[in-house]
Amino acid sequence: MTGDAAPTAFRIETAGRASRIAAASAGVILLALLALPAFAGRNLIQDLMVLFYMLALAQCWNLLAGYAGLISVGQQAFVGLGGYLLFALTLKAGVDPLLAIPIAGVAAAIVALPTALVVFRLRGAYFAIGTWVVAEVFRLSFAQVKGLGGGTGTSLPPQATSGVFGIEWVKTLLDVRTPAARDIISYWAALALMAGTLAVIYWLLRSRRGLALGAIRDHEAAAAGLGVDIYRVKLAVYVASAAMTGMIGALIYLQKARISPDAAFAVLDWTAYVIFIVVIGGIGTMEGPVVGVIVFHLLQHYLADFGAWYLILLGTLGIAVMLFAPRGIWGLISERTNVTLFPIRRRLVVDGADARLDLPDG
Amino acid sequence: MTSWLDALIQGVLLGGLYALFAAGLSLIFGVMRLVNLAHGDLIVLAAFVILVVAEKLGLDPFAAALLALPVLFAAGFALQYVLLNRTLGRDLLPPLLVTFGLSIIIQNGLLQLFSADSQRLRSGAIETASIALGGGIAIGVVPLLTLLGAVLVIVILNLIFYRTRLGRAFRATSDDLDVAQLMGIDIRGVFATAMGVAFTVIAISALYLGLRANFDPTSGPARLLYAFEAVIIGGLGSFWGTLAGGIVLGLAQTIGARIDPEWQILSGHLAFLVVLVLRPRGLFPRAQD
Repeated sequence: MTGDAAPTAFRIETAGRASRIAAASAGVILLALLALPAFAGRNLIQDLMVLFYMLALAQCWNLLAGYAGLISVGQQAFVGLGGYLLFALTLKAGVDPLLAIPIAGVAAAIVALPTALVVFRLRGAYFAIGTWVVAEVFRLSFAQVKGLGGGTGTSLPPQATSGVFGIEWVKTLLDVRTPAARDIISYWAALALMAGTLAVIYWLLRSRRGLALGAIRDHEAAAAGLGVDIYRVKLAVYVASAAMTGMIGALIYLQKARISPDAAFAVLDWTAYVIFIVVIGGIGTMEGPVVGVIVFHLLQHYLADFGAWYLILLGTLGIAVMLFAPRGIWGLISERTNVTLFPIRRRLVVDGADARLDLPDG
Repeated sequence: MTSWLDALIQGVLLGGLYALFAAGLSLIFGVMRLVNLAHGDLIVLAAFVILVVAEKLGLDPFAAALLALPVLFAAGFALQYVLLNRTLGRDLLPPLLVTFGLSIIIQNGLLQLFSADSQRLRSGAIETASIALGGGIAIGVVPLLTLLGAVLVIVILNLIFYRTRLGRAFRATSDDLDVAQLMGIDIRGVFATAMGVAFTVIAISALYLGLRANFDPTSGPARLLYAFEAVIIGGLGSFWGTLAGGIVLGLAQTIGARIDPEWQILSGHLAFLVVLVLRPRGLFPRAQD
């Protein structure tokens, strides 16, 4: 974008001061989180793990719905697929669980390709229900796989994961017992996946393809008119987010160590919650899901005991945000402060002048 | 042989129920391009309303449904006028997410009020009555009434759409919203009326759902998927296509169940996906959208 043709007095820049501070503090936070198992108890580690994988799922859904205009209510298809693949690989093929996670991601991408060819025939809102049907097909199909427990599901015995790569090293380094060491390894895997998902999506949105995505989000017909190959971009985003979602699913079920079709392909856990996180935080921004996952975690922590009432509240909150603050909490913050933490917006800066022109996101 | 013939007949009858589910969804989408993710939950909600009216007043479910109809029409009108009209516009996301939120609220509200127990509408002798066709095949009276009900609903909807002023407004807003507004059509009122009509169709679907099978607060999403599949199989834009779509889905499920009871739902979904691959615009397409 900083082409030679531009007069030297102009620069295109993306990062603002807040985002440079954010980048530096992100590095510090990442290091702190990496070192956390040395100080923190198991409960905190487990809580954070949930936070990490929900954030990663939310970023994937946000990429689909917030940027590519692909509103899916069937992402549980890939969470469950990843989980089941992890179980199949470790139980039946004796693969190391940590290795099974990326394999599950590749497999999810391979499955996503023909799936996309079918569901992409449905437009707009019907696409949403189509993805849900696909998730149901996956659920009902895995319920037929007797080798993985059929409809009731199966468990991952502790010995299948106690030989996981690096566990001896963690045990001696941090002086913990096997179950705690297993948690710590899963925690690091979750941290890596979350940071990796954020990095991939950030990189994607900063790239040429990201510009195309922003264009599609803002006006699909106009984007097509400017030469964006809508179908290919959407297909790429769908497959990429399926791969990431599949890996996250594999990790979730490595941690849960128990899988059943109804839980692994649950629309509530893996799509409804994720949608609320994104919508409440702010759809179409990378900061939104981060804010959303914190709000979600607090609500969950204080209100989950209320069961059905908690879900009624969550639904009402989602509707209220959609109607009255469609850009979510982050939208309200950035409207007032003009702060961005993940700078993907390009700005035209005129050197020696105060003029600053915001270019469209991308 | 008899068993397969029986499966065919039962499949067609089951298709009547799915056509009823689908008619409401299709009506709303046709008029205002709204895909209602809470459609299935609204059917279940209506079934609970009929159940409560029948139990409190000691009425037969048919009479209870008749009493509930105006209430549900008003509820649908109000829902559209107060809430859903605000979500309509160029952006797809608000209507989808608001109805998705509604779906979760309804499910959990019903769970809170009625617990997770399975319920059924009781209607005395008619429930088990059947007509023998000879050769060991019999048709249940309730399934037959369901199919006839679906045909009747579709006839009436077609009459409303093509023979009344209201129907002309429905078609006008469906064809071109802006021009319809310029012609002086109050689209907010038209949309709300359409939702009211859809709610009466939902109430009729709920009556037959409750008479034919058990339902509980979590039965909604599966009904939404069946309704959606019937609409897409039949092809958007035609109520008769929706009936055909419902019957194809009913047949696929019944035949699948005959092969292995566990395959009933899965074979319905697979039939839908096959139609989507081979005939993406459905078997009897009409609309361009």
